[in-house]
Amino acid sequence: MTTTVIPPDSPPSPPPPPATEAKSATRPGDKIFRGLSRGSGILLLVVMASIAAFLTFRAVIAISGNEGNFLTTFEWNPAGKPPVFGIAVLLYGTVISSIIAMVIAVPIAVGIALFISHYAPRKLAAPLAYVVDLLAAVPSIIYGIWGALFLVPYLDGLNSWLDTYFGWTVIFAKTEIGAARNLFTVGILLAIMILPIITSVSREVFLQVPKMNEEAALALGATRWEVIRMSVLPFGRSGVISASMLGLGRALGETMAVATVLSPSFLLSGHLLDAGGGTFAQNIAAKFDEANEYGRDALIASGLVLFILTLLVNGAARLIIARRKEYSGANA
Amino acid sequence: MSQATMTQDTTPAPAPRTNTLAGKSLPRWSPIGFAAVSIALAVGLGTVAGWQSKMQWGLLAALFFVVLTYTAASAVEGKRQAKDRVATSVMWVCFILAVVPLASLLWTTVGRGIKVLDGYFLTHSMAGVPGFEAGGGVYHALIGTVEQVGLATLFAAPIGLLTAVYLVEYGRGTLAKAVTFFVDVMTGIPSIVAGLFLLSIMLMFKLQPSGFMGALALAILMVPVVVRSTEEMLKLVPNELREASLALGVPKWRTILKVVLPTAIGGITTGVMLAIARIAGETAPIMLLVFGTQLINSNPFDGAQSSLPFYIWEQYRVGSDASYDRAWAAALVLIAFVMILNLVARGIARWKAPKTGR
Amino acid sequence: MAKRIDVSGLSAFYGTHKAIDDISMTVEPRSVTAFIGPSGCGKSTFLRTLNRMHEVTPGGRVEGKVLLDDENLYASNVDPVSVRRTVGMVFQRPNPFPTMSIFDNVAAGLRLNGSYKKSELADIVEKSLKGANLWNEVKDRLNKPGSGLSGGQQQRLCIARAIAVEPQVLLMDEPCSALDPISTLAIEDLIGELKERFTIVIVTHNMQQAARVSDRTAFFNLAAVGQPGKLIEIDETERIFSNPSVQATEDYISGRFG
Repeated sequence: MTTTVIPPDSPPSPPPPPATEAKSATRPGDKIFRGLSRGSGILLLVVMASIAAFLTFRAVIAISGNEGNFLTTFEWNPAGKPPVFGIAVLLYGTVISSIIAMVIAVPIAVGIALFISHYAPRKLAAPLAYVVDLLAAVPSIIYGIWGALFLVPYLDGLNSWLDTYFGWTVIFAKTEIGAARNLFTVGILLAIMILPIITSVSREVFLQVPKMNEEAALALGATRWEVIRMSVLPFGRSGVISASMLGLGRALGETMAVATVLSPSFLLSGHLLDAGGGTFAQNIAAKFDEANEYGRDALIASGLVLFILTLLVNGAARLIIARRKEYSGANA
Repeated sequence: MSQATMTQDTTPAPAPRTNTLAGKSLPRWSPIGFAAVSIALAVGLGTVAGWQSKMQWGLLAALFFVVLTYTAASAVEGKRQAKDRVATSVMWVCFILAVVPLASLLWTTVGRGIKVLDGYFLTHSMAGVPGFEAGGGVYHALIGTVEQVGLATLFAAPIGLLTAVYLVEYGRGTLAKAVTFFVDVMTGIPSIVAGLFLLSIMLMFKLQPSGFMGALALAILMVPVVVRSTEEMLKLVPNELREASLALGVPKWRTILKVVLPTAIGGITTGVMLAIARIAGETAPIMLLVFGTQLINSNPFDGAQSSLPFYIWEQYRVGSDASYDRAWAAALVLIAFVMILNLVARGIARWKAPKTGR
Repeated sequence: MAKRIDVSGLSAFYGTHKAIDDISMTVEPRSVTAFIGPSGCGKSTFLRTLNRMHEVTPGGRVEGKVLLDDENLYASNVDPVSVRRTVGMVFQRPNPFPTMSIFDNVAAGLRLNGSYKKSELADIVEKSLKGANLWNEVKDRLNKPGSGLSGGQQQRLCIARAIAVEPQVLLMDEPCSALDPISTLAIEDLIGELKERFTIVIVTHNMQQAARVSDRTAFFNLAAVGQPGKLIEIDETERIFSNPSVQATEDYISGRFG
């Protein structure tokens, strides 16, 4: 193909010799560089596709050998005869702990973001933002051992307090004695871990609120809080939503912090303060050591579900952000 | 004047306040005063009721503070000001709530980690040391971390950089859009999923665990971070610079290499360093792909290695006092590494910031 | 309704930079006072000191006195929020709240300041929109977002929003600079009507506009770039444009500089 393409190109080239000379001088370098950078981009797409492909392939091997129902079985025993395992408990634990994390983290993160963008003295704003970013820099395993060795004993008091006064809500009823190695504690720890990402994205959005919108409210005699309610929050709503979803994506996939804190079990319990339950990532970390090859495939199958879950959440968050950009661009 | 009386008729509530600008206001020290009073109240009540948890004291104090501020402000300054004051104090509380865990975590790590952290700890492995006894060190894990992170950076930095160049300098159309979207999505891939991906490759081709496999997983986690930050930096390079160079007849690729990249090099370095700091703390993929060992293995291509975060997890799992001490000491080393990387990276960003910023 | 403004010895700063220096003047009630002068002379900054909006800008600081019928806006016990409630403002670019409907935009200031019955609110919104000559154009779509209106309509919406809270003074910061000539004319007509009820101060770059709408005109100038702006003179508009007492004013008006 290429050889047939070149000749028609070269005959007309003699008439304007300088132009072709210039072209041929620049082309190879440009072509190689362009090809390399384009290739890197394509490589990333290939990696994403092969993550999906490989995980699916191994998951199919696992699920086809599973004697239990992959979605509804309350058991993880791929080494048994026959092998039986299901993700019901993991899905429940992952979703519940993430919901707890979101309920705690989102309002606080919005508060911090507003604090940095609109309340803190201007000279302090940048260092304060940096402090919050530092929270994000701490490795998750360190959150894990801090959570297990420091936070868990500390939360005993809170747990019994919740049990005493809110036990009637059933979810806060503590039915067994034991350390606070439960989904509620995991939720709190996850909340701390996703605070920085939600905060920093929300902060960016709040800083983008057009000055004239804020001044409109100010000139009407609005207090600072009223300015935020009238101008800042309506403008930033979609940004906060997508920030929260990014945080949710983090919480869903967190491994080490959950694995260190949670005392797992394959029971599905509505009592959040009772130890037990599990999440996808935690289960993989906990069961990996003792798993044979088939057991690993089973874990990969559960990982695929987690992958799809985070993909959906993150994709949705990004789409919201992209839409918002267009909206605000058209408005500006 | 007739109109003024008219508004007074229709709207009795706000009219009195509009006639005079000077409203009564609480003295400047009032927030501090309220804080002192509510803390005193909470401590008093807590002691009387005999509550153990300091958290309850704190919650009670915060509650008293909000109630006190609101009632005092609405009595003196009016409801709107009261709401404003409550909102302000809530923002402060939110911020403090975020700082408390950070401070506590750093405090605990330093306090417990310093116990066994010394020259011996940094230069010895765990070879021959039973997990539940004191002794041993982190040397093998340090080697593992440095090699795995180094290899990962070797893969991820060029690929990430080139992808960012593609997106900013060349990328138009569907492919660029797809790459942008999937880079964003890739940022959200849990580290354990990246580990599972390479694990499935390992199972498929019957490969043995090694530092190299771990490095590949880390690279997958690192690339999107590098792309994102490099992209931001390249976008900051003013178009005039590119045009000036192109107008001189410099080919595009040389313009990018000689003009665009050097201008943004500070920010790019920062981005890469922050990405390194992020992956240096990843445990999950190492657990799945590198397995961990007590011995020194300085060959990342052959056999199990350890790494700092994995070492912490391992020592935590042993569950003895001695192993907890080692876990904290390793955590301190890791946190120091990550924080120093962070500080230096941000320092570079500030120092080398493109002059267009201001 | 309308109040007199007495400014004495007023200087405004951005951080350490002095933007305007030692300005004293009197603004008469129920009249239109126009501020003119070259770019950067501080006329907008001065305008923003009259409702304490200047201090909203990071680093913004004010020295001196602004008396609103004998009450100093900068007295220590004065709440800037109540100042802005009393002294309304219209900005250079129309800035309706993008997420609110036309009705809610006009009602925004009222809702801040107390509770109204629905019918009261509707009455005031209608009155304000009529006052801003916008009622007939929007009465059928009060629930549509304000950002769907044309630029000129948006600016009149902002004026309606400002007069809905019945301020004593209305400040306008180049209200027509982002508008086409027809919308400009509509706003100028409106200013003529509004001065029956309010004290109006308007900053404008357009000298014909100043001549058309204002009763008194103040000319601001600065000695050099980087120097603070100063009030050169203030007088009846007719006098400023026919026979000013300062040479610099005449130079500016006749287009010899600026």
